[in-house]
Amino acid sequence: MARRLALGALLIGCAALLDALLPRLLDPYMFQILIYIGINITLAVSLNLVNGITGQFSIGHAGFMAIGAYVSAYITYFFGPGLATATPSGGPPPGIAGEFVLFGALLAGGLAAAGAGWVVGLPSLRLKGDYLAIVTLGFGEIIRVLILNIETVGGARGFAGVPPLQKFSPVRGFFWVFLLAVATVIVSVRLVNSSYGRAMLAVREDEVAAEASGVNTTQTKVGAFVVGAFFAGMAGGLLGHYLQYLNPAMFTFVKSFEILIMVVLGGMGSITGSVLAAAIMTILPEALRGVKDYTPHNIDPRMVLFSLLLIVLMLTRPTGLLGHREIWDVVPWRRRRHPAGPNSGGAA
Amino acid sequence: MNTFLQHLLNGIATGSIYALLALGYTMVYGVLKLINFAHSEIFMVGAFTGYYAAHALGLASNPSLLGAATVMLISMTVCGLLGFLNERIAYRPLRTAPRITSLITAMGVSLFLQYGGQMVFGPDPKFFPQVFPKSNLQLGGVVTTNYQLFVVAVAIALMAGLQWIVYRTRFGKAMRAVSHNFEMASLMGIPTDRIISMTFVLGSVLAAAAGNLYGLVYPRIDPLMGVFPGLKAFVAAVLGGIGNVPGAMLGGMLIGLVEEYAVAIDPWAWGALHVHVGRFKDAIVFAILVAILVFRPSGLLGRYEPEKV
Repeated sequence: MARRLALGALLIGCAALLDALLPRLLDPYMFQILIYIGINITLAVSLNLVNGITGQFSIGHAGFMAIGAYVSAYITYFFGPGLATATPSGGPPPGIAGEFVLFGALLAGGLAAAGAGWVVGLPSLRLKGDYLAIVTLGFGEIIRVLILNIETVGGARGFAGVPPLQKFSPVRGFFWVFLLAVATVIVSVRLVNSSYGRAMLAVREDEVAAEASGVNTTQTKVGAFVVGAFFAGMAGGLLGHYLQYLNPAMFTFVKSFEILIMVVLGGMGSITGSVLAAAIMTILPEALRGVKDYTPHNIDPRMVLFSLLLIVLMLTRPTGLLGHREIWDVVPWRRRRHPAGPNSGGAA
Repeated sequence: MNTFLQHLLNGIATGSIYALLALGYTMVYGVLKLINFAHSEIFMVGAFTGYYAAHALGLASNPSLLGAATVMLISMTVCGLLGFLNERIAYRPLRTAPRITSLITAMGVSLFLQYGGQMVFGPDPKFFPQVFPKSNLQLGGVVTTNYQLFVVAVAIALMAGLQWIVYRTRFGKAMRAVSHNFEMASLMGIPTDRIISMTFVLGSVLAAAAGNLYGLVYPRIDPLMGVFPGLKAFVAAVLGGIGNVPGAMLGGMLIGLVEEYAVAIDPWAWGALHVHVGRFKDAIVFAILVAILVFRPSGLLGRYEPEKV
C-alpha cells in the first residue's frame, strides 16, 4: 500500500514537473499537440476496453465525451467560482482549492457519462455485432440532439466561456491531461489482468462458452461500457476546459469514428497499441497540414486519408499494428522465453 | 382534417424516398449480413450525378419530363457501377473475415466517399435543378406539387419492379436462396458471387433513384447529405424487419410519417410541459430504432429466428 501511495505521489510530482517544464522547452504549438495526444490516448484506450477487450462494438463514444464535457463545464461555469472561494474550514488550502473544484467537476462529468454508459450497455445484453454498433451510434446521436436543444448550455450556438483549466489552478492543463491518460492506461492494464478483465476477454472470445463457465456476461459487458464511458466523459471534460468552448457539432459520430480508427489501427485488444495509434493519429494530420494547399477545393485531406487507411488496414492487416499483443510482448529485449497467449502482457 | 391529409401526403413523399433507400440496406443485409454503411453515400453520388447530368443536358434552362427520366437513368447506371465496384474491391476480399472486419470496412468506404466527395464535388451545397416544370396542384383541400406526386409515383413503380424481380424471376429466386442460407445455396449450384454483385447493383440503382427524387424535393445537395437519410433508411429497414423487402417499404413509409408528424404537432403541450417535438425528430427516429431492437429485434414483418450455437 505504501509503495502504491509513493508511486501515486511520484506520478503527480512527475505531472506537475512536466507541466512546469514543458511549456518552456516546447513552443505552444507542440505543447498543444501533446495535450491532444493525451486526450486522444484516454479516448482510444477507454474505447478499446469496450471494443477490443470485451469484444462489443460501440461507435457512440463521442456521446459519452459530450456528456462528460457538458456536465463538468456546467458545474465549473455556474458553480465553479462560488465553490472555489467558499472553502469550508478544514478543507483544502485556498491555493489549491480550485484544483479540487476542477477535479470534482471532471469526476462528476465522468460519473454522468458512466451512467449513460450503463444505459447504453443494457441493450448490449440482447444485441451483438452490427446491431449493437448501430444502437450505440443511435444513442450517441440522441445525446447530441438532446444537448442541441438545451438552451442553458447554449444549444446549437455552443457553450462559450467554459472556464479555462488555469482558472482554478496553479498548474496548466497538461497536468490533468497527463494524469488522466496515465491513469486510464494503468487502470486498463490492471483491469485486463484482473479476474474482471479475464471475464471480459472470455466474453470476447466466446460468449456462450464464457457464460457456461460461470462468467456473469451481463455484468461484464455493462461494466465495460460503464468504465469506458467514465474515462471518455473525463476526457471530454478536459477537452471542454482546455478549448474553453463546447459545441454539439464537436461530438458527431465522425468523432466516434475517429476514435474507433485509433483503436483499430493500434489493434483491437491492445492497450499500448491504442496509445501508439492515438499518438500517430494526432501527429499525422498535423504533419499533413501543408497538403491541404494542394488538394482540390482545399479540403483537409485528413478524413480521406483516415478512411483509406482504415480500408487498406482491414484488407491487408485487420489485426492493426499490434493485434492482441502489448508493446512489451513485441519489443525484442522484453520478449518472453515462453510466449504466453494473447493479452497476457502487463503482469511483468 | 385537411392539415392531417396534407401532412400524410408530405410524410408519404419523404417516406417513399426512405423506403427506396431502405430496400438497398435490407437486400444487402439479407445476402451478406452486413450493414452497408456506404449505401447512403451511393445515394449522395446518385444525387450529384443527377445534378451534373442535368446540367450537361441543359435541363436547368430547358426542363422536360423526358430529360428527367434520362437524368435518372444516367445516375442509376453510374451508381450501379459504383455499387458493383464497392462490393468487388472492398467487401469481396473480406467474405470469410469476421463480420466486424467488413463492418469497419463499410464505415471506411462510407467516410472515404463522403470526404472524397467533398474533394471532387466541393464542400459547398449545390442546388439540384428543376429537371421538369414544377407546378402546384390542388387535390381536394390538399396543396401539393407535381414533384411530390412524381416522387411517390416513381417510388411505387420502382418498388413494384423490385417486387417482381425478387419474387418472379430466376435471379430473385437465387437471391432469396442466398439470403436464406448462403452455403446451401452455393452447394445447389447458385453462383453466389454473381448474385451478391447483382444485389449490390440493384440496391445502388434504387439508391440513385432515391438520390434524384430527394434532390427534386430538397434541392440543397452536398457531399454529406447522405448521412441522415441513410441512417433513417437503415432504421426503416430494421423497423420493417431486416432482410424483408415489403418490410423495408413499410418501415420507410412509417419513418417518413413519424418525422412529418413530429414536426406537425410541434410545439406540443401537455399541462405545463411544452416540448418542441420537431427539433427532436432525429432523436425520435433513433429512439424507435433502440426500442425495436430491444423489444422486437425481428422487426414488424420479420420472423423470429432463434440463434443456434
